[in-house]
Amino acid sequence: MSPYFESYLTVGAFAALGVVLVLGILGVASILRPDNPTKAKKLTYECGVDAVGSGWSQSYIRYYVFGLLFVIFDVEAVFIFPWAIILEDLGVFGLVEMLVFIGILLLGLVYAIRKGVLQWE
Amino acid sequence: MSWPEFGIIAFRVVVTFVLLLVVTVINVWAERKILADMQSRIGPSRAGPWGILQTVADGLKLFFKESVIPRKVELGMYLLAPFLAIIPAFLIFMMVPWGKPFMIGDHEVALQGADLNIGLLFILAMSSMAVYGVVLAGWSSGSKYPLLGAVRATAQAISYEAAMGLAMVAVVVFTATQGEGGTLSMAEIVERQTGTWGDISPVLSFVPRWNLFPQFVAFVIFLVAIVAETNRAPFDLVEAEQELVGGFHTEYSGMRFAMFFLAEYVNIFSMSAIAATLFLGGWAGPTFEGSLPGLISGSLPTIYFLIKTYAIVFIFFWLRATLPRLRYDQLMTLGWKRLIPAALTWLVISTVAIGFRQFGAPWS
Repeated sequence: MSPYFESYLTVGAFAALGVVLVLGILGVASILRPDNPTKAKKLTYECGVDAVGSGWSQSYIRYYVFGLLFVIFDVEAVFIFPWAIILEDLGVFGLVEMLVFIGILLLGLVYAIRKGVLQWE
Repeated sequence: MSWPEFGIIAFRVVVTFVLLLVVTVINVWAERKILADMQSRIGPSRAGPWGILQTVADGLKLFFKESVIPRKVELGMYLLAPFLAIIPAFLIFMMVPWGKPFMIGDHEVALQGADLNIGLLFILAMSSMAVYGVVLAGWSSGSKYPLLGAVRATAQAISYEAAMGLAMVAVVVFTATQGEGGTLSMAEIVERQTGTWGDISPVLSFVPRWNLFPQFVAFVIFLVAIVAETNRAPFDLVEAEQELVGGFHTEYSGMRFAMFFLAEYVNIFSMSAIAATLFLGGWAGPTFEGSLPGLISGSLPTIYFLIKTYAIVFIFFWLRATLPRLRYDQLMTLGWKRLIPAALTWLVISTVAIGFRQFGAPWS
């Protein structure tokens, strides 16, 4: 078997071992622990006081904006990691190209800051 | 696959796993003890010498605790979330080489879970996966505070992940100039940090060839990012007791809660190990081969690795004892208006400097 597949097989084995371990711990605990749920115990804990209303709450729309911005920076990582590896083969052209890309990205970030979407108020 | 190869894989997986778990158990104790010292308390002192068995005792206690499932939870996701939190935490550590490879007969045994050629990307992927555990735990709890805590944790993790990734890119670009072509393999990154900077100037022949020196800015950015990424003080808004009760795992109890707790400490250790590998040379260091017995010089790299990693783990504990918690807007401002622009700017500066060295000045 090639070392390539072998290393992924090891990752799989490691993940499997992790799952087995967590299952084992939770399994043993489920045998050992007492289990007598009562109506009061099964109430949502929240903060100790009886919960008011449904379990849902609204959250701030800003979180969504940050989510969108994150997608931009994460997609950028997809481009930038391969570039970082083969920079030497790409030469000056590749370097300048990526500087332009990062420049546009920075410009976008500055625009977002100036627009005030990153303001948390 | 032949039997010796299979044995080596089994050995690597099991030993890496055991190392991770033992170290994590010690870390939980060490944090309590160090914090206690910094706050002039005694800390755990009853279970075993210096209370070193305290974590084991706590773990045993949790086995016997009822794990209450509230009525309002989304059961499937509620049960799945602890797995999603802890399995990625285990897998991250897998990529970290924790000792010098050695030979048994004609088989090489690498002291590392697995050496993927995309090691760094795998680490980024797994630290993103860990966010799912947090989100699903908070969402499936059917309770307001956990939901808020989960949304906060997600926004925080993704904000600082961008800065973390960019700091890594700067290291990758630099590492590519240190050997034959670029690489994302963790083992190769350590390999290229062995030796000293002696070839640049004889004065530097006692300075180890760590990425820390040329990439110091990236190191600082990475350090801040991993503290935020693991939701530790001063970035622990996720579990700010005064406003959010316990954060995303408020509705968890017993062993299921312990899984989130374990995941946090596993993450601290793995992230510190990655920082030590990328910037402090991992296991690299003088082994005195020939003048010391083989067994000692063979295990010295592992000791170096543990010392470097614990130096960074100690910073985590130190920060927790020293700094008050940030406000949420301060956290977001630091992430997006300081850290990410700083990381991008450093990437540009460092890459242009490397470009000058590799390709020469454009006007020459």
